[in-house]
Amino acid sequence: MKSYEKAIEKLILISAIVTTVSVALITVFIFKTGMPILLQYGVMDFITGTDWSPTNEIFGIMPLIIGTLAVTLGALIIGVPTGIACAVYLSEIASKKTAGPFKAAIELLAGIPSVVYGFFGLIVLVPAIRNYILPIFQKFNPELNTSGFSILAGAVILAIMILPTIVSLSENAITAVPHEFREASLALGANKRETIMKVIVPAAKSGIFSSVILAMGRAIGETMAVLLITGNVAQMPGSILDPVATLTGTIAMEMSYAGPTHQQALFAIGIILFIIIMLLNILAQAVMKKMGGVNG
Amino acid sequence: MKSRRMNKIKKTLAFGLIVSLSVIGLAACGGGNSGTETGGSVVTAGSTSVQPLSEELAAVFMDANPDYTVDVQGGGSGQGIKSIQEGIADIGALSRNLKDEEDGSVSKEITIALDGIAVIVNKDSAVKDLSLEQIRQIYTGEITNWKEVGGTDAPITVVSREEGSGTRGAFAEITKVLVKDDAGKETDMTVASALIQPSTGSVKTTVSSTPNTIGYVSLGSLDETVKAVSIEGVEPTVEMVIAGTYKISRPFIYVVGDKVSETAQKYLDFVLSEEGQAVVVDNGFISVN
Repeated sequence: MKSYEKAIEKLILISAIVTTVSVALITVFIFKTGMPILLQYGVMDFITGTDWSPTNEIFGIMPLIIGTLAVTLGALIIGVPTGIACAVYLSEIASKKTAGPFKAAIELLAGIPSVVYGFFGLIVLVPAIRNYILPIFQKFNPELNTSGFSILAGAVILAIMILPTIVSLSENAITAVPHEFREASLALGANKRETIMKVIVPAAKSGIFSSVILAMGRAIGETMAVLLITGNVAQMPGSILDPVATLTGTIAMEMSYAGPTHQQALFAIGIILFIIIMLLNILAQAVMKKMGGVNG
Repeated sequence: MKSRRMNKIKKTLAFGLIVSLSVIGLAACGGGNSGTETGGSVVTAGSTSVQPLSEELAAVFMDANPDYTVDVQGGGSGQGIKSIQEGIADIGALSRNLKDEEDGSVSKEITIALDGIAVIVNKDSAVKDLSLEQIRQIYTGEITNWKEVGGTDAPITVVSREEGSGTRGAFAEITKVLVKDDAGKETDMTVASALIQPSTGSVKTTVSSTPNTIGYVSLGSLDETVKAVSIEGVEPTVEMVIAGTYKISRPFIYVVGDKVSETAQKYLDFVLSEEGQAVVVDNGFISVN
């Protein structure tokens, strides 16, 4: 029995090593391919340049960084309050019977392929923005025009895509708050709203926060859906109705036909994306440590 | 004690057997691509514009030669070059001319067909005909309203393909959106506000669902959802491309590296034969003969 256990232990160790080595290999490969052009072109010029025109050998990715951040931020503004409210409703307010169908629907959302979201956006959301949202904006600024391919379209689709992550993780965090907290709060004379807002949600804040970080990671990394509906225009956006290009979208879109230098530049975008996500993770962990909380 | 030890040995043996079997299995898979054994196989990779044609050519070739297999992969023109460099594929497919920096890795290029590019507008558009110069001005942002080219008073939404796309390269070159200076340096002047779509299909969907748009797709993939404009009075049809009167057309090219396997050579000979060129014509492209 012991030797059998040892073998299993070794297998698990090998699995762990494979995972770590994969990450290391991917990192080394991306840096090895992208670094030469980054150094040759100048890291600052690459990051702060506002013109992305690879066939003319001009590689400035500021518009792409702005595009990614704008779409992600928009998705978080729409998705986070909705998601947390939904999680609170499901775990604290709804009865088990009512919550069932809601949970099933949200889990179903997570299973839809991203290209389907993108196609939905292309067929439904983009024309809707052009036909219904634009007139509202034009009341304030008659000059404004849009084809519908925009930051707003990307943000709305991403918000829907990150909902399952936020809802299910936040719900777990809220459910994990010990029952004594609720009882103590109610015993002190607080009503249900006060208990939720002032006791339960703060107690679960660490778990809720980590769900938001995971959702943000998904939003930044999402490629296919965004590619279809943001218009992919590498230009500084003037409003949320302007089209933008994202870092991931540009890599996915241009990799297939790119010449050698252009391909290196796309890998260099990969490096920047890598660093942005690393920084966000470090930031998130630092904030979470500071917050503590019962799920921390 | 003894049986336990035997057990251990058995397990080690079993584990070793599994590992060696999978190694052999992998090696066998890898061997399939070398194309040296009788029958043999050819792998082509590259431009997604050429891919549908390559698949048809491969199907006809395999029907005539049941011992051979042709594996057609996509990936894009850039990938076509990369695949023959890395030996992943025997033949690279391009829908644009070779770039100077790619020349070194290619020992031979063979034009297998010609393709026309159709300029498409939304079905509700009043515009029926454009000149090459008008198209250039629209795509460089000098003309921004449809009324300047005979349409209604509405801003033009320009739809283009991603940088590096073979279709975009061919389109920009022919319409002179791509400007060459005296030193031979090329600059793509496509207006910065152009919507970029990553495939022929999504360009068509965008143009068909968005009013006042203009885009371009390869002639073979034209359908009823969009309206193709004539260029300087010439309709975008196969006849007109062959006649040389339709101005926006491009080559489909196969490239090979230093080593060409017998099987690959046999396939290339077939593609350029009358039979192969008949397939080219059947698919709406234009024969090189």
